[in-house]
Amino acid sequence: MTELAKKRPEFRNINALQDLPTYRLPPAGWVSILHRISGLLMFLLMPLIIWMFDNSISSEFSYAKFAAAFNVGLGFVPGWFMKLVALALIWAYLHHFIAGLRHLYMDMCHAVSKEFGKSSAIVTLSLSIGLTVVLGAKLFGIY
Amino acid sequence: MSVNYGSKRTVVGAGYGFRDWLAQRVTGALMALFTVVVLAQVILTSGPIGYEEWAGIFASQPMKFLTFAVIVALLWHVWVGVRDIWMDYIKPVGVRLALHVFSIVWLTGCAGWAVQVLWRL
Repeated sequence: MTELAKKRPEFRNINALQDLPTYRLPPAGWVSILHRISGLLMFLLMPLIIWMFDNSISSEFSYAKFAAAFNVGLGFVPGWFMKLVALALIWAYLHHFIAGLRHLYMDMCHAVSKEFGKSSAIVTLSLSIGLTVVLGAKLFGIY
Repeated sequence: MSVNYGSKRTVVGAGYGFRDWLAQRVTGALMALFTVVVLAQVILTSGPIGYEEWAGIFASQPMKFLTFAVIVALLWHVWVGVRDIWMDYIKPVGVRLALHVFSIVWLTGCAGWAVQVLWRL
């Protein structure tokens, strides 16, 4: 580390509790922070995802157990809560997937203008939330 | 220049950005491809999907090949992503180290479990 780098001033003018709730994030900023939150959520729930994969493909019997977890419940956890967790995972996957494609597109096409950043962020947010609503309605048996 | 190694070492980021950046994109693209392949088979299945149809999707050798590659890609992708989160928000070195260790154990354990499920099929 050079002496110059060491003397670099540090500005700590953001307080997480006071400033973040009132800070108006642009659409691209929302996509960015939600990309992290959705990724972290899937990381923490990874054992549940593999449990679902395990039970759904291992045998006829375990498949029935997998299906029952969402209809009847799993242990002390009621079925509707399992569905809610599944819905959170569906949103996380959709958001992470679409925002990831946005990243790939931006890298490949050098699409880094301010306008494209905003419009693609709005498309990402509306697509991921829209599809989550559609799949959530299916999950809870509305249609 | 002052001493910046040993106990005086300055803990910075991972320090090899390009490799991680590229790995993140390649593994992400592979998982996106996998998503499309699985989704296509679900949509193209005629009639209701029960155990036989669902398990059948993963049972063929090409799908086992792809799914294994995706599990490894996922392990790598999540390691890069989660480590970025810890490096950005967790400043105390000890806490960060503990979270890195937790992430490695969590991820290798999960990947092993997923592979075990896949190879049992």
